[in-house]
Amino acid sequence: MYNEKVVDHFSNPRNVGELENPDAVGETGSFKCGDTMTLYLKVQNDRIEDVSFQTFGCGAAIASSSMLTEMVKGKTLDEAMKITNQDVADELGGLPPLKLHCSNLAADALHDAIEKYRKKQGV
Amino acid sequence: MTSRKVYMDHGATTPVREEVLEAMLPFFREHYGNPSSLHAQGRAVRKELENARDIIAGVLGAEPKEIIFTSGGTESNNIVLRGAAKKRGAPGHIITTSIEHHAVFDVCRDLEKEGHQVTYLPVDKYGKVDPQSVRKAIRPDTFIISVMAANNEIGTLQPIEEIGAIAAEHKVLFHTDAVQVVGQLPLNLSKLKADFLSLSAHKFNGPKGVGALFMRKGIRVAPIYIGGGQERKIRPGTENVPAIIGMAKALELAAAEMDEKSRSLTKLRDRLISGLLQIDEVILNGHPDERLPGNVNVSFKHIEGESVLLSLDLQGVAASSGSACSSGSLDPSHVLSAIGLDHPTAHGSIRFSLGYGNNDDDIDYVLEIIPAITDRLRRISPTYKPKAV
Ligand SMILES: Cc1ncc(COP(=O)(O)O)c(C=O)c1O
Ligand code: FES
Repeated sequence: MYNEKVVDHFSNPRNVGELENPDAVGETGSFKCGDTMTLYLKVQNDRIEDVSFQTFGCGAAIASSSMLTEMVKGKTLDEAMKITNQDVADELGGLPPLKLHCSNLAADALHDAIEKYRKKQGV
Repeated sequence: MTSRKVYMDHGATTPVREEVLEAMLPFFREHYGNPSSLHAQGRAVRKELENARDIIAGVLGAEPKEIIFTSGGTESNNIVLRGAAKKRGAPGHIITTSIEHHAVFDVCRDLEKEGHQVTYLPVDKYGKVDPQSVRKAIRPDTFIISVMAANNEIGTLQPIEEIGAIAAEHKVLFHTDAVQVVGQLPLNLSKLKADFLSLSAHKFNGPKGVGALFMRKGIRVAPIYIGGGQERKIRPGTENVPAIIGMAKALELAAAEMDEKSRSLTKLRDRLISGLLQIDEVILNGHPDERLPGNVNVSFKHIEGESVLLSLDLQGVAASSGSACSSGSLDPSHVLSAIGLDHPTAHGSIRFSLGYGNNDDDIDYVLEIIPAITDRLRRISPTYKPKAV
């Protein structure tokens, strides 16, 4: 059902857990199936210095979360803001149609974290 | 990753036993006649078909003419519910439960669209229906009661003897979907006051796509299919002879081995349950002992069922889940909601269903790999706070 890359990110997820003293924490819940994700960001000079996640969800949700953290590390906030769920799914080499919404979880949590960070900075 | 394969999804379907396959093969090769034909080839097949009917009737304590061959549980259920509604004609009232298989539940929903009213009885936290709630729900226009013999997800056995007696007392038709019970536990239709019973061969090591409907002598639904005269015109169409022969063989074997098999499965089941309950924050779904011999259903808190299934699959274990993410519709199972599980707990449910071929080594293997799986997934989960040590 899932391709090898998805299975790899599911089996060996990158950047799992909480960051100490994060600069922003993003949260989302999926309306479709009730799953949740938390994303932690460390930001320096508008660049994502470190990132980690926690996810309660299916294999695709865990793999998407992991993939996303790899994609955003080192990116500027503007660049990260542009990442969509489709980008995450594409980077994973595709997800089953029914599981596309799971990658939303990751993208939404990221955008939520960035928006909160910017609000905190008073931007 | 591993070459070990452990199949624990017998509630979904079972492997066909070698003896069953052997019994079927001649009906593809030599005995291919149509049982309705008058020639020798046809007559020979008719004889075997009727023999299969005798065997099935014998195991169930029914009369041969009360057995109608169908394509399985779904069709048997549809023939009964739609046929009873069609026979009634005017809109009426149906009583069923909130934990039926989709092949009853969704048929009832559909009949509601045709103007019938349906009461979906609640169940207790173990998934059991209270027979008195059936009694209270009966109305003058109630024309059929349908309660499953055992639930396919959580394995809870239902009090169908009592419900059958209540239905008989009120002269309301009673149907039981016994797809999960036939071949697993004894059932005697000379005692059980059921007017209809559905069964399916692929749940007891028979072939897929074949089943039967018991329809008690003197009772008849309106046919929902129109065609030839086969199966008392209730299920017209040339019979799936090899499959029917296989079903009879499988049921005969299951009946002969039932005592021993249900005892050994129950032992395996209870070992697996107590092993799983050793893990932190795991709950058993369904009744502690009034459950199908092979059914284990637990919820792992803080994790989602599909991710557990996937992890098990990567290590060669086949199981199933009622979680939203694994359902195809992204809705959590109606059964888990009916027993009062909150959303996250329903989300973490896994069913291991044991059957023919499973042994102690399989239980050992699952109990050996599952703690690492749940531990890993919980470490990823935002809701899990490991206990301080
Ligand atoms: C309780 C119950 N009823 C009906 C069915 C459907 O049976 P079949 O697959 O033979 O149509 C099943 C099997 O999934 C079942 O478990
Ligand atoms: S997170 Fe629920 S289906 Fe993927």
